[in-house]
Amino acid sequence: MAKRIDVSGLNVYYGAFRAVEDVSMTIEPRSVTAFIGPSGCGKSTYLRALNRMHEVIPGTRVEGKVLLDDQDIYAANVDPVAVRGQIGMVFQRPNPFPTMSIYDNVIAGVRLNGRRMPKAELDALVERALRGANLWNEVKDRLNRPGAGLSGGQQQRLCIARAIAVRPDVLLMDEPCSALDPISTLAIEDLIAELKTEYTIVIVTHNMQQAARVSETTAFFNLSAPGKGGMLVEMGDTNKIFTNPDKKDTENYITGRFG
Amino acid sequence: MTTTQPPQTEQPAKPPPGRRTRRRPGDLVFENSARLSGVLILVILAAVAVFLLVQALPALSENQGNFLTDTEWAPSGDAPSFGVAALVFGTLLAAVLALVIATPVAVGIALFISHYAPRRLASLLGYVVDLLAAIPSVVYGLWGITWLMPQIGPFFEGLNRYLGFIPIFAGPVASPPRTILTASIVLAVMILPIVTAVAREVFLKTPTMHEEAALALGATRWEMIRMAVLPFGRSGVISAAMLGLGRALGETMAVAMVLSPGLLIDFFLLQAGHHQTIAALIALQFPEASTLQVSALIAAGLVLFAITLVVNMAARYIVSRRKEFTE
Ligand SMILES: Nc1ncnc2c1ncn2[C@@H]1O[C@H](COP(=O)(O)OP(=O)(O)O)[C@@H](O)[C@H]1O
Ligand SMILES: [Mg+2]
Repeated sequence: MAKRIDVSGLNVYYGAFRAVEDVSMTIEPRSVTAFIGPSGCGKSTYLRALNRMHEVIPGTRVEGKVLLDDQDIYAANVDPVAVRGQIGMVFQRPNPFPTMSIYDNVIAGVRLNGRRMPKAELDALVERALRGANLWNEVKDRLNRPGAGLSGGQQQRLCIARAIAVRPDVLLMDEPCSALDPISTLAIEDLIAELKTEYTIVIVTHNMQQAARVSETTAFFNLSAPGKGGMLVEMGDTNKIFTNPDKKDTENYITGRFG
Repeated sequence: MTTTQPPQTEQPAKPPPGRRTRRRPGDLVFENSARLSGVLILVILAAVAVFLLVQALPALSENQGNFLTDTEWAPSGDAPSFGVAALVFGTLLAAVLALVIATPVAVGIALFISHYAPRRLASLLGYVVDLLAAIPSVVYGLWGITWLMPQIGPFFEGLNRYLGFIPIFAGPVASPPRTILTASIVLAVMILPIVTAVAREVFLKTPTMHEEAALALGATRWEMIRMAVLPFGRSGVISAAMLGLGRALGETMAVAMVLSPGLLIDFFLLQAGHHQTIAALIALQFPEASTLQVSALIAAGLVLFAITLVVNMAARYIVSRRKEFTE
């Protein structure tokens, strides 16, 4: 579990447009890394390139290297489907499968590839994943109800439960709280603090307090020039980034002077 | 389609004080013309039903047999006796067979267009499918007679030889194969484009976030389709199939041209002279029918009308039943 990610010289293109320019970084296991930066600077694009989700969009292309521990996820013999099994993702808008019950949502990933499991094992797994997502007590009496009937915050935790049910090494979260109310947001933040003991977590957030609260390391992205793609400006210890950043742009952004 | 509730005429109950807005003339005109068309459709529907019933009454009152349970069709002479049992059976059999053949193929083609084909090919295929849907059914009938009939004979022989132990494929195989299965295949080809077109539309509307949810869990494309696309498109596919069923039920020419009619109630798909559909019967007999025969045919038409109505209502019910899980 919990692997290190090593990125070197990563460029991501939409057709001819280079949305992410030459990003290199190391993401430590069992820690939370936050990506901040103004919108449109390629945070989502970059995040999706870390588990090859960008390939879902036609016309995308990647240059550079992404290592998961020692495994190059872009090597020719690596199946993107397998990569996504190892590196899970939680999206901005909660997206439980609307036709599935809460129970079926949690085991959706486990059921893939025709894997079969005895019912008792599945039950245990569902409970473990839902407890892991701090949702068990709220839904244990209605596991067979549709997942879409939950509140937004509960749905997002259900999506986290679904993602951790397949026991990934890394969990990528793209603004997981931006569609949620403050209480639900706090619940997710608590959850992230618990999850980092087991997983490598990367979270994109627009909320700087949130980045400061949940992460050990923060990476600040910015547009390299107006109309161009985004680049990594500075990355380091969250405390340092928020109190004493090296770059002027970073300081301007976190003090709210632009962005 | 068949809303039976009276049109709402009252204003929305008591607007909150101070927020009362004046209704604009454009809104009023549109609202009333929409309401008028709604009412008009119901009136026309009712008028057609009443008309059919009135026209059918003379034959029904002189009928010596039981209209609903008899299978023979002899609405002439001194003792006219006719019943729709075999015709209803034949109509449903042909339509359901067509649906069973067409739906899986249509879903496959629609999925290929919406989720597998490269974009260029997909739009080309979509265009072709839309074109096929516009071909008149006579053309499909001609195609059935001139092309399909000669080709399908050997295939039926094979079915009979290897699967003949299943009663539906029992011999003797008709030659030429003017059988219910041939008619159903022609019908299936006929309804294939419309079912495909509707299914494709529905599949294309699958929310990206659900497709991505599946892919992010490590689903292959087919698994993603099973987890996100098919559940989302389910009720749409049912509607599409019912649309196809409606067409197949009312189809006259293709069946009349291909099928050798009979009035039995059995499932021998490879034998000719066993089945007939209501629509084809009307098309074949109407031109030379006496007054009483016309009246009897109209009675049969009324039954077809009722079947179509029931099919549509069943479709609505199926679609609405799983609302809770799809909203
Ligand atoms: N599907 C796409 N096709 C083409 N360009 C895109 C697509 N998605 C995003 N972009 C572009 O890539 C850049 C980065 O977008 P994104 O990664 O969403 O930024 P962020 O998440 O930081 O707000 C933007 O300029 C955006 O317009
Ligand atoms: Mg984004």
